[in-house]
Amino acid sequence: MNNGTAILSTDNLRMHFPVKGGVFQRAVAACKAVDGVSLTIMPGETLGLVGESGCGKSTLGKTIARLYEPTSGGIAFEGNELADLSRRQLKPFRREIQMIFQDPYESLNPRHTVGTIVEEPFVIHKMGTRAERQQWVADLLAKVGLPESAAGRYPFEFSGGQRQRIGIARALALKPRLLICDEPVSALDVSIQSQVLNLLMELQREMGLSYLFISHDLAVVKHISDRIAVMYLGRIVELAPAEEIYNNPVHAYTKALISAIPVPDPTHVPDRVILEGDVPTPIDPPDGCRFAPRSGAEHSSEMLETLPPFKEISPGHWVEACPVCAPVRHAR
Amino acid sequence: MGEVESKILLEVRDLVTAFDTDAGQLTAVDGVSFAVRRGRTLGIVGESGCGKSVTAMSIMRLLPQPMGKILKGEVLFDGRNLATVPAEDMRSIRGNRISMIFQEPMTALNPVHRIGKQICEVLTQHNDLSPDDAWQQAVEMLDKVGIPSPEIRATEYPHQLSGGMRQRVVIAIALACGPELVIADEPTTALDVTIQAQILQLINNLQRDLGMSVMLITHDLGVIAETCDEVCVMYAGRVVERAPVKELFANPRHAYTQGLLSSIPRLNGTPKSELQTIDGMVPALSELKPGCRFALRSGREHAPELLVERQTLKEISTDHWVEACPVCTRG
Repeated sequence: MNNGTAILSTDNLRMHFPVKGGVFQRAVAACKAVDGVSLTIMPGETLGLVGESGCGKSTLGKTIARLYEPTSGGIAFEGNELADLSRRQLKPFRREIQMIFQDPYESLNPRHTVGTIVEEPFVIHKMGTRAERQQWVADLLAKVGLPESAAGRYPFEFSGGQRQRIGIARALALKPRLLICDEPVSALDVSIQSQVLNLLMELQREMGLSYLFISHDLAVVKHISDRIAVMYLGRIVELAPAEEIYNNPVHAYTKALISAIPVPDPTHVPDRVILEGDVPTPIDPPDGCRFAPRSGAEHSSEMLETLPPFKEISPGHWVEACPVCAPVRHAR
Repeated sequence: MGEVESKILLEVRDLVTAFDTDAGQLTAVDGVSFAVRRGRTLGIVGESGCGKSVTAMSIMRLLPQPMGKILKGEVLFDGRNLATVPAEDMRSIRGNRISMIFQEPMTALNPVHRIGKQICEVLTQHNDLSPDDAWQQAVEMLDKVGIPSPEIRATEYPHQLSGGMRQRVVIAIALACGPELVIADEPTTALDVTIQAQILQLINNLQRDLGMSVMLITHDLGVIAETCDEVCVMYAGRVVERAPVKELFANPRHAYTQGLLSSIPRLNGTPKSELQTIDGMVPALSELKPGCRFALRSGREHAPELLVERQTLKEISTDHWVEACPVCTRG
């Protein structure tokens, strides 16, 4: 892929966690939460990341934010390699990549006032005088649509949607370039969800932000994203522009995922591919096509052993080309 | 619906449920009426805090005690008023003729008992069965809800199963006694879309095979569109609109229903376009007005008397009822 102008790119990124067992708690297996992910995010772009729980979406987000130390592979932010940096070396990049979390009830310290929470990034990075910081906090609160008086109150005094706004204000404090949004609206009611989505889209237009938008709600992802990556068991199985992936999904998993979305229209007759079972465990997954056991289609032993190539089948539309799960026609 | 009208199994009339709190008595459900027909599915939709679950708990008589009380109204199930039957009689109905599927399958199951035993418990409570027969039936139930190798699974504990499998167990428990009515409170909210599709299909198939009625509580309009015959839209403790599902989606009349329908992102919508929103949020129970409760969020001015006087539900076309606030009823 062309990484020339990307704000962020990962190269064969892996994040494995040891599974400990036995008397001495030695690593007996590896949980391959992220297993060879290469993707890029362009400036001002929203890359949606979808998949079922346990497929490694959140781990990928946290690894890109360098909350984890990756097992192998590269993370480049505007060409600077982050994967091997120490905590101290990372500090300037921390300002550029920020995160918004799913649960606005758990990601805000209940003992701090909203003012303290939003001010904290400035304090950590030793920016401004007290008065300046207070002004910045007021500006940030205004930007996310909260009254100035919010600064003196505590998180419990706010509703879920307002708390998510506080989380966004905190994430924006250091004027980041990339926001990793991990299920930012999943805990919110629909009417509040649309308020927060509008805010995120507006901030993107205003500040030129890039988003990695992680969600299991495909309708939400479709609405907000420019491109969408579909993740299954630690790997990206399909990546394409948002419209393309919905109109022309190639991988059997993408098809099943899209067909499972309930459509809010009672006259719509769902043409549904019901998947059997759940996402299998990422502990020692097969080397080849990982979707094979759930696909209901027979795979040769070779397909189960060798990693299918990630192919570009039309401009910008990439798919993990397992011959059974993603039969790719040549030259269309 | 066009077909022969099926008989009403459950009718809730003017139900009022309140809680005693430190801040005084708060009314969570304020005069709710609806009916569930035999073999049909009624959806109840609304945002958190609008009284959906309290309505279900009132029907099941599972309100937290001693704070929760049914102050008024009737819950007519097959001709009997459940709001007033003695607790003893209610126990023989609950889990037997009416049962419930809860949202969170991990907390709905007892972590220290084997799955088979938990199903047996319901069976032996309501039927005169030997332990062996009960176990046999429990295994059959697990098989019916699509759990592979049910004999083995029956001997396992809830933590050994995935979320989707646990929800199947919860459904098996709910259906063990062949209830006439199943109340499903957000049965798929904690699950992935793929697993949700499996569970909704399962409920649908079982409903068809067993002929039961379903009352489905959800905030997901997609799930409503797909599974329900009729829908009640609740807001701040009241039903603001009630209609057959096709009519409701095609012709929503209350401003809140319209707001809900237009604020969800659609797969065929314009990418990155601004979504419709409903300003503000659901008011707290302590701030509720007797009149139109959607007034503050409707963005339209209400005359003072509309905030003071309760508006009645009016039937504007066959089976389509709307709370008749003249400002919030549109279209």
